[in-house]
Amino acid sequence: MTALKPIVTRYGALVALTLLILFNLAVTPNFATMQTLSVNLTQVCTIVIVGVGMTLVIATGGIDLSVGALMAIAGALSPMIFMGTLVPIAPLWLAITLGIILPILAAGAFGVFNGWLITRFSIQPIVATLVLFIAGRGLAQVSTNGNLQVFKVPEFQAIALGRVLGVPFQVWIMLGMVLVAAFVLKRTVFGKQVLAVGGNERAARLAGVPVTRIKLIVYGICGLCSGVAGLIVIAMNSAADANLIGQGMELDAIAAVAVGGTLLNGGRATIIGTLLGALIIQLVRYTLLANGVPDPVALIAKAGLIVLAVWLQQREQT
Amino acid sequence: MASRMRRMILSPTFAVALVLVLLTTFATLRYDGFASAYNISSVLRYVSMFALVALGMCFVIMTGGIDLSVGTVAAASSVVSAILSPYGLVAGLAGGLGFGLAAGLLNAVIITRLKILPFIATLATMLAASGTALLLADNQTVSVSYDTAFTTLGQGDMFTALRPEWVDSDEAGWFGKLLGFVLGFPIPAFIALASYVLGAIVLSHTAFGRHVLAVGGGEDASRLMGLPVTRTIFCVYLISGTCAGMAGVILAAQFGAGQPIEGVGWELFAIASVVVGGTLLTGGKGSIWGTLAGAMLLGVIFTILNFENGMGWISLSAYWQSVVRGTFLFIVVVLQSRLAKPAQG
Repeated sequence: MTALKPIVTRYGALVALTLLILFNLAVTPNFATMQTLSVNLTQVCTIVIVGVGMTLVIATGGIDLSVGALMAIAGALSPMIFMGTLVPIAPLWLAITLGIILPILAAGAFGVFNGWLITRFSIQPIVATLVLFIAGRGLAQVSTNGNLQVFKVPEFQAIALGRVLGVPFQVWIMLGMVLVAAFVLKRTVFGKQVLAVGGNERAARLAGVPVTRIKLIVYGICGLCSGVAGLIVIAMNSAADANLIGQGMELDAIAAVAVGGTLLNGGRATIIGTLLGALIIQLVRYTLLANGVPDPVALIAKAGLIVLAVWLQQREQT
Repeated sequence: MASRMRRMILSPTFAVALVLVLLTTFATLRYDGFASAYNISSVLRYVSMFALVALGMCFVIMTGGIDLSVGTVAAASSVVSAILSPYGLVAGLAGGLGFGLAAGLLNAVIITRLKILPFIATLATMLAASGTALLLADNQTVSVSYDTAFTTLGQGDMFTALRPEWVDSDEAGWFGKLLGFVLGFPIPAFIALASYVLGAIVLSHTAFGRHVLAVGGGEDASRLMGLPVTRTIFCVYLISGTCAGMAGVILAAQFGAGQPIEGVGWELFAIASVVVGGTLLTGGKGSIWGTLAGAMLLGVIFTILNFENGMGWISLSAYWQSVVRGTFLFIVVVLQSRLAKPAQG
């Protein structure tokens, strides 16, 4: 039993995912099709992208409740730029480039604002990010007056709908971000510092880790990730609805991080785990829905899954 | 004596109450009908639900915890009480309160037995309650029964029978108006007020109240002193769940329907009220009356925005509300962190 422990700790999420896939192959009709894969991957994409930022934030012992609101800000801002509602921009390529870069930067700036509140005033992350959770979506709604912005700009929508080697472009973006983040967390000084801050902030500070700067950067990255996810959502829908973009995303992202095996108190984190966690949550939901279980029950199952995952994780620690 | 006065004036509760009075005065002078019996009564009816949820949240936050499930628990409770409302007022009330209590129990067990962080545990309960609400309601609103007295819990006034008709006439004068207001005090607001009185007594005059503050001040120290830490934490989540259940009953009774998708963002309203009222989010220090003032203040701001729109000078869309609330929370937490610092040193 004791010999099994490290295996469960390390590969728990992977084992669970494999079992889920095997179960589906046996039970769910038409599971092993390209369409199933495509549907599941596109639905999980934004959760994983936001989850990457959330993993880094949680690794420092923090939390970011504002991710959904930041997605809405980026998603509402982008069409205003590339459709020229704000300022007419002549060449289309420039308008689209700005329409992608500026909203992501704006979301990143709001993320840094979160970090500033947390470090400058020593406010707990859950409260500091509550400010933008409430006000952020409001800002997006005010700027669009709550109206739906419909558009048809294939050049922009390629970020979600385009395909490379048959795989949707957004999946490539997701994979790229996961790999970069996993590398940064594991192999760079910055990654070690992030974990040090989450492990023991005082000790990290005494050891010369620039705690304040690390936190600002981490919340900034989380904002950037939310911005990217926001753009993917609007590109997929051909429309930006500030009321709906990223609604409930904070829960999904935190759940993915928790199920993936990142310690919620900080100090230990796994980006690949978050990817697996998001896939597990998505696949559980898909399995239930594909087998005729109503959506509310799937919601309750998700709740049970989160509690189970965190509970297992804590038992392994002690 | 002087230092006591000084302390009172500097206290957050006093500051919030002062802002509340100033804003209300401003609004009364600026808008016709703001101080009308009708408007006051409808604001009180509306705010009472949030005030109840904030009361439970206040107890949880004083122990250093958080309860994110209150909104969907209130929504699910409203569905349960609406389903039971044909069997009478008591059945509807018991159903809603019972569901709230059960959800609180679930939170308490997950947090104290499985030792899972409060925000994760209550997040899970939030999802589960939302699922339960949709399941019970079959994805739609559930009408309450108007054949029983159930709706008086939300729509009724306290002393309707005693209220003479002349207080509604134009010659009533200020005394008549006051009498009319007191005798027409909305039942949901009375329930909320009574709960706050009870909460304040429990906090400052019972052993449990002391334990709540002690646990929030330092869990390990409290445990070493032999205080029943686990039991105290267990109880605050039961209180929060029950308060959310009561808010759900009022929601169903007031709007005539159990609403499975209501309650989104209620937890934030509650947390904001608690923080604005001067309760430390780290636990260990809290004010019941400050929380009530905080909830009232947020409610009044909401009403003022509505009236401002009605004036037609500027058109603030409903979306400004959340921006204003967020800005407000921002100012309060920054001030709180500034004020809290010298006290620690």
